[in-house]
Amino acid sequence: MSDMAAKPNLSPSVQEAQGGRGSSPVPATEHGDHLHHDDHEHHDQHWLWKYVFSQDHKTIAKQFLITGMIWAILGGTLSSLFRLQLGWPEGSMQWLTPFLGKWIQAGKLNPEFYLALVTMHGTIMVFFVLTAGLSGTFSNFLIPLQVGARDMASGFMNMLSYWFFFLSSIVMFSSLFIETGPASAGWTIYPPLSALPQSIPGSGAGMTLWLVSMALFIVSQLLGGVNYVTTVINMRTRGMSMSKLPLTIWAFFLTAILGILSFPVLFSAALLLIFDRSFGTSFFLSDIYIAGQALSNQGGSPVLFQHLFWFLGHPEVYIVIMPAMGMVSEVLATNARKPIFGYRAMIGSLIGISLLSFVVWAHHMFVTGMNPFLGSVFMFLTLIIAVPSGVKVFNWLATLWRGNIRFTAAMLFSIGFVSLFIAGGLTGIILGNATLDIQMHNTYFVVAHFHLVMGSSAFFGLFAGVYHWFPKMFGRMMDEKLGYIHFWLTFVGVYLVFMPMHYVGIAGFPRRYYAWTGFDAFSQFADLNKFISIAAILAFFGQFIFIFNFFYSIFRGRRATQNPWNSTTLEWTTPVNPGHGNWPGEIPAVYRWPYDYSKPGSEVDFIPQNVPYSKTQSSNLPYEQDMAE
Amino acid sequence: MNPSETLSDKEVGLGWHPKRVLLVLLIFSIVMMFAAFTSGYIVRRDEGNWREFDLPFSLLINSIIIALSSASMQWAYAAARKDEIGRVKTGMTVALVLGLAFLVGQYYSFGDLVAGNTYFGGADANPSGSFVYVLMGVHAFHLVTGLVFLAVVLRRVLNYQVHSRALLSIGNATLYWHFLGGLWLYLYLFLLLNH
Repeated sequence: MSDMAAKPNLSPSVQEAQGGRGSSPVPATEHGDHLHHDDHEHHDQHWLWKYVFSQDHKTIAKQFLITGMIWAILGGTLSSLFRLQLGWPEGSMQWLTPFLGKWIQAGKLNPEFYLALVTMHGTIMVFFVLTAGLSGTFSNFLIPLQVGARDMASGFMNMLSYWFFFLSSIVMFSSLFIETGPASAGWTIYPPLSALPQSIPGSGAGMTLWLVSMALFIVSQLLGGVNYVTTVINMRTRGMSMSKLPLTIWAFFLTAILGILSFPVLFSAALLLIFDRSFGTSFFLSDIYIAGQALSNQGGSPVLFQHLFWFLGHPEVYIVIMPAMGMVSEVLATNARKPIFGYRAMIGSLIGISLLSFVVWAHHMFVTGMNPFLGSVFMFLTLIIAVPSGVKVFNWLATLWRGNIRFTAAMLFSIGFVSLFIAGGLTGIILGNATLDIQMHNTYFVVAHFHLVMGSSAFFGLFAGVYHWFPKMFGRMMDEKLGYIHFWLTFVGVYLVFMPMHYVGIAGFPRRYYAWTGFDAFSQFADLNKFISIAAILAFFGQFIFIFNFFYSIFRGRRATQNPWNSTTLEWTTPVNPGHGNWPGEIPAVYRWPYDYSKPGSEVDFIPQNVPYSKTQSSNLPYEQDMAE
Repeated sequence: MNPSETLSDKEVGLGWHPKRVLLVLLIFSIVMMFAAFTSGYIVRRDEGNWREFDLPFSLLINSIIIALSSASMQWAYAAARKDEIGRVKTGMTVALVLGLAFLVGQYYSFGDLVAGNTYFGGADANPSGSFVYVLMGVHAFHLVTGLVFLAVVLRRVLNYQVHSRALLSIGNATLYWHFLGGLWLYLYLFLLLNH
């Protein structure tokens, strides 16, 4: 298949890799800027170029997915370790010595390593799994397929995007093994803790590697993001107007724009922090005594870092959740066999969320002593986000309402997503209030909130996406039964972990504490903490069912048909195993929106986007009939 | 894209070539980075403990140099539209040399800043001065990428690959170069108003 597709459909950028000249990914069509590709012989692609340094968006998507899965296992393992500490603070961890070595001292987890565990868990999950693993995978995979393009606007930059991510991963991973341990100042790396190597061991070489890794990561995100946006703007097939795009594409498009606008700000913050750490500047440092010694740094402001960080940090949570929202919309409509309810309202609410995401960052900083008036402005803007979020939730529920629901594994995870998004979103309204947030800020209530609404929801979106698009990725089906078991274990597990956290949080149980047994006020929560830990570790081990299902199905799964879910979008018009170039022949043109499910008068319960109105006389609405003629 | 396909088979985007869109998006990300630096500058200044400093006169000369470089680039682009390849070569070479001269000038301005007791780091530094070095340094870094871009396009010009029907690369280079020049003028004006 790929051989057949290789010659005529190969994107020119690949031809360049094989010896063509020039740098344009687009051939000499409108601009004769770019000369001759025809001066080379065709030969079969070496496996290295086909699977490793591939410029095919589908291969790059799989690379992102599998790297993300490895990171997710690692991030989950770290959380299991600190849940052991929190559940059994008095217990012996001697048995972990073979794995953790010097970080276990006299049967106890090293307190500094506990901080490192929490920091790395957050960093890995937010950036490496739910940003790169989620939008890296599905933006890459679905954008060209669903808009009707042969590949990304620049296959080469797309490949670079993955390899920068890979490099960043290597640097971050290596920081786990250095003498002083990885970064330990929390995933938000607030200075001065992160800026002074003498403050904690983790702020030494571990922090330097963290910053280098994040700089590479940001480059990767920018290379990917500009590509996604350009592809959506420029590479849509004939008829695919912006108002006929599947909601997945709208979500990826806006996510990429958020990334392009917010990641450079994190880069600025990281750069200034690097200067503070290694070049003697004082952007974030002032009047510091450490170990009885006065530092010469003066004039800096640690709150400035928080402003810069959260200017990225808040859009970042929408970068994590919006791709999941888009995929869930698609999976819900397909499996409810109904058009998505309120298509334009869904787009509008995505745009609303994107705009608002840039003006609410200071709600992470209510406890920094900010002007209460400023706080109330940010509170007001934050609470407005409930409106577009509410629109989305009601539209998802209305899509399900009286649908002819098929409970596939992807559908279950999508419904689970809606459930978690509601459960976690409601506490967002509580925490958005400055007065309540000041009370709860350093408790487990916040931990419970963001793990439900952003962590678990985004994971559920990721799972829904993998189960739904697996047939397109690998030409085989995942096992549904294992999918059901995986869903119920995860769904119940997540609620068992995070519901009790709300309770202990309201009761005042503080986050970030390594040991809480010294305080009478908190020792009554020993049983509940044990319960949370058991649930968390079980839910984590439940994920290995998914891992097994995933890899087993790649090789042994039932063979997929071309359109296993009877879906309407363009990716299902490609062959079962599309080669580079996606469509062996012409790219189909698009005539209708992507949600013609169960249309009255139609013989089948779905009409793909590439079916013209002239062929569906029986189901056309009057204005569509006009277009058919 | 299939070589037999043309962009006209596609839905009309912004009417721009994909590479132009990529460049514009990258420019947006650079804008956001400097927006972060300059807004951080203002926020930090308003919190007090801020040392005033003098801007060296050499920065004004550098600003004039970069503006001339941009003008020369524009002249080269206009020449390319009229297929006057000789003038394209001259214009771009002048733009490149002036760009290099700007970088050297910025380096000397660093010296002037130090002479005026404005330091990047160390015990005598204040964030106000450090910010100036960061703004100038990060801009200089991007200017180097711009020079590389110009050099690549100049090579295409020398190979007669740029002419009135092949304006994409020189158009993009001109856009990026104007952006970098404009960015410097913004930074200079910003520092002039806020030092």
